[in-house]
Amino acid sequence: MAVKTDPEEKLYERLDRALKKYKGKPGVLIAALQEAQEIFGYLPRKVMIQVANRLTIPLSEVYSVVSFYSLFSTVPTGKHRLEVCLGTACYVQGAEELLRELQDLCGTEPGKSAPESPFSISTTRCVGACGAAPIVKIGEELHGEMTPEKLPSLLEELVKE
Amino acid sequence: MPKLKLWIDEQEIEVEEGTTVLEAARGIGIDIPTLCYLKDLNAPAACRVCLVQVEDRPTMDCSCVLPVSEGMRVLTHTPAVLEARKEMIELLLSDHPFECLTCERNLNCELQRLAKRYGIRDLQFSGSRNHFPIDDLSPSVVREPDKCIRCRRCLAVCEYYQAVGIYRMVERSFNAIVGPAYNGSLMETPCIYCGQCITVCPTGALHEQDSTARVWEALRDPELHVVVQTAPSIRCSIGEEFGYPVGTPVAGQMIAALRRLGFDRVFDDCFGADVTVMEEATELLERFERGGPFPQFTSCCPSWVRFCELFYPELNENLSEVKSPQQVFGVLAKTYYAQEAGLDPERIFVVSIMPCVSKKYELLRPEMNDSGRRDVDAELTTREFAQMLFQAGIDLRKLPEEDFDAPMGRASGAGIIFGSTGGVMEAALRTAYEWVTGEELKDVEFPQVRSDKYKDAEIPMGDLRLKVAVARGTGEARRLIEALKKGQKEYHFVEVMACPAGCVGGGGQPIYIETNDWNEQVAHRSRRSGGLYQLDRQMEHRQSHKNPAVIRLYRDFLGHPGSEKAHRLLHTGYHSRRLYAPEPLPKKEHKQRVPLR
Ligand code: SF4
Ligand code: SF4
Ligand code: SF4
Ligand code: FES
Ligand code: FES
Repeated sequence: MAVKTDPEEKLYERLDRALKKYKGKPGVLIAALQEAQEIFGYLPRKVMIQVANRLTIPLSEVYSVVSFYSLFSTVPTGKHRLEVCLGTACYVQGAEELLRELQDLCGTEPGKSAPESPFSISTTRCVGACGAAPIVKIGEELHGEMTPEKLPSLLEELVKE
Repeated sequence: MPKLKLWIDEQEIEVEEGTTVLEAARGIGIDIPTLCYLKDLNAPAACRVCLVQVEDRPTMDCSCVLPVSEGMRVLTHTPAVLEARKEMIELLLSDHPFECLTCERNLNCELQRLAKRYGIRDLQFSGSRNHFPIDDLSPSVVREPDKCIRCRRCLAVCEYYQAVGIYRMVERSFNAIVGPAYNGSLMETPCIYCGQCITVCPTGALHEQDSTARVWEALRDPELHVVVQTAPSIRCSIGEEFGYPVGTPVAGQMIAALRRLGFDRVFDDCFGADVTVMEEATELLERFERGGPFPQFTSCCPSWVRFCELFYPELNENLSEVKSPQQVFGVLAKTYYAQEAGLDPERIFVVSIMPCVSKKYELLRPEMNDSGRRDVDAELTTREFAQMLFQAGIDLRKLPEEDFDAPMGRASGAGIIFGSTGGVMEAALRTAYEWVTGEELKDVEFPQVRSDKYKDAEIPMGDLRLKVAVARGTGEARRLIEALKKGQKEYHFVEVMACPAGCVGGGGQPIYIETNDWNEQVAHRSRRSGGLYQLDRQMEHRQSHKNPAVIRLYRDFLGHPGSEKAHRLLHTGYHSRRLYAPEPLPKKEHKQRVPLR
C-alpha cells in the first residue's frame, strides 16, 4: 500500500522551512507572512499560530498585522484579487458604486471566501494614486479612472490571461 | 541634564531637558487631563484630551508626548484649548455605551470623571456605534470591548510588565479595537489571568468575573457550613474602600464584618501560608539532598505557575510542588477541619477572599480536588468583598475588632508577609535557616530580600550559601529565566509573583485612579505592604514552624512535613499547555442590554 502523503502536511513543512530564516530577526513579520500566504494562498488561523510560535511572537501581533494590511487575506481567495480603493479621493469619485457593480459582476463580496470563483474582492485605503481616482488594484497593478462600464472588459481580460 | 527655560501660562519655569510639557505643567500645579497616558508605561498619544497650545504652532499638541524646548510658550487653558479637549471627550463619549449606572466602574472610572470635570451635558456627535461581543468565557477576566476607549494601557502592561502580549490593536478603521487576536476570547490565548490589565484600564471595559452571587447564595443556604479564608493582603487593602489611608491594617474590623455577613467560621489564609512554608522549605532541603533540580521556584502565585507551564514547560519540575496557600487551606478545611469539627465535608463551602483574579482560575484547575471534591468553592476579590459589605450596609469603620476563629485562624508573622513581594522568600528563610543550621535566629527579619530594588542575594546558612532571587512580574521572571538559561545566573531558590509589589498589588485589589504615573501606581500598592510588616512585628510567633496551630496540625493530622499524607493533600503537579486554541471557542449568548438613551 502506498504511503498516504497529506498535501496539507507538506505545506506546513514548507512553511517551517521558510520560517527558519526569519526566526529571531526584527522587522521580518510582514515578509514572513507574505511567504506564508504564497504557500497557502491565504492565512488561516492555523498558519498564523504556526508563524507566531515559530517566530516566538504573540499571535495578537501576527493578527494585528494581518488584519491591518489589505494585502493579507484570512479566507481563501479567488485567483485574481481585486482591491477597490475606498480612500477619500476615490470615494468622492464614485468608488462605492464601483464596488457594488464589481460585487454583482463577480458574485462575491469583500471578506468572503471565494475559492471557487476566479475573483475575490477586498477594499483598501488610499493607495497613493488619488490623481487617477477611482482606483482598482489588481495584484501590484493600479487601474485608474475606473467606471462601472469599464469593469466587464477588465474582468474578461483577466480571465483570458 | 541641562535645564531649559520656558513659559507655561505666562509663568517662567526651568525644567530638565526631556521633560514633557505635561509633567512640567504638573510641577507648577497645573493639572492637564489625561486618559491614555501612564507615565513610564504607556504614551501612545491616543486620546488627545491633554491638548495644549504652543505659541507659533499651527495646531494644538498632545502635552503628554511633547518635550519641552528652550523658550517655548505654552498655553494650557485658553477657551480654544478647553473647547478642543471637550470635543475629544465628546468624541469618546459618542462611541461609548451610556451604562454608567450598571457599570463595574461606576464612580471609579476615569472617563466618567473627565466628563464630569469638563461639564459635558450634551453630545454634538452622534454616529452609529460599533458593537462588539462581550467575552466572559475566562474564569477570571471579563472584556466588554464596547466600553474600550482604545487607550492601550492593557496592551502596555501585558506586553511590557508581564511579557505575555495578549493585546494588540486589531482590525482596521471603524472596526479597530484593542483586543486579543481575532478579537477573540481570552480563553483562546495564553492569558495568565493576573488581572493587571483590569487595574490599569481607565473604564469598565475590563473587570473580574462576578462571584458575589454564588457566595450570597451559599450564605443563604441553611444546609451549608460556610467558612472563609482571607489572604494576607486583604487586611491592609480593604480599608481603602472605606476611606482609611492606604496600608492601614484593619484585620479586627474585617473579621467582625465577615461574621456579620454570615460566615460560620472566619479563618485566615495565613495559616495556609504557614503550612505552605513548612512543605516548601522541606522540599528545598530535599532538593539539596537529591542534588536539584535548582532553582526551586515558588508556586503560590497561580499566574506565575500558568506562565511557567505555558512558556517554559521544561521548567515545570523546578516549580515547587506544594500548592498555594489558598488550595492548601481549602483541602485542609474539607479534611482536617471537617474531622476536628465533626462536619460532613460535603456540607462545607469554602470561600476565599483574595487580592487576585487568578485564584478564580486556580480553584477550577481539575487537580484541585484532593479532599474528594472541589477544595475551594468560590473566590472573591477585595473589590467584590467590599461590594458585599456595601450591599449589606456593613460599615467597616463602625465595627469592633474581633479575632479569627481557631484552629485555622491562627497564623504566624511569616504567613502574614506572604502578601508582599519578597515575603514568601523571607517566610521560607525564617524556617529553612533554623532547620539547616539547628540554631535559633536571633533576628527573624531578612531585610536583604525586602527592598523594591532588590534583585538577588546570598544567605549564609551554616556551610551553605543559599542563592536566592525575587522577581516581580512575569516580565522580570522571563528575563531571569533567560539569564539562567544562558548560565549568567545561578540560584537555589527563586520567588516569583506576577503582580507589582506582590499580592498587595494584585489584580483584585481596590483600583486607584488618582495617578497617571505607573511608578506612583506601584508605590501606592507597595504602601499596603507596610501594614503587613507592621502586623508581623506584633505577632507572638513570627515563624511558620513555631505556630502552635501548625504544630498541632502536623501532630494530630499530617504527621511530619513531607509525609505521605502531606504529599497526597498538599502537593500537586504541572502540565505543559498549548498557547493558542486551534479553533475559536463558541461564544455565549448575551441578553441584549436595554439602551439607556
Ligand atoms: S490578565 Fe494579565 S495576562 Fe491576561 S490579558 Fe490581562 S495583563 Fe495580560
Ligand atoms: S480595554 Fe481598557 S485599558 Fe485596554 S485599551 Fe480599552 S480602555 Fe484601554
Ligand atoms: S501575585 Fe498574588 S495577586 Fe497577583 S496573580 Fe499572583 S497570587 Fe494573584
Ligand atoms: S484615495 Fe484612492 S488612491 Fe488615494
Ligand atoms: S494623548 Fe495625552 S493623555 Fe492621551
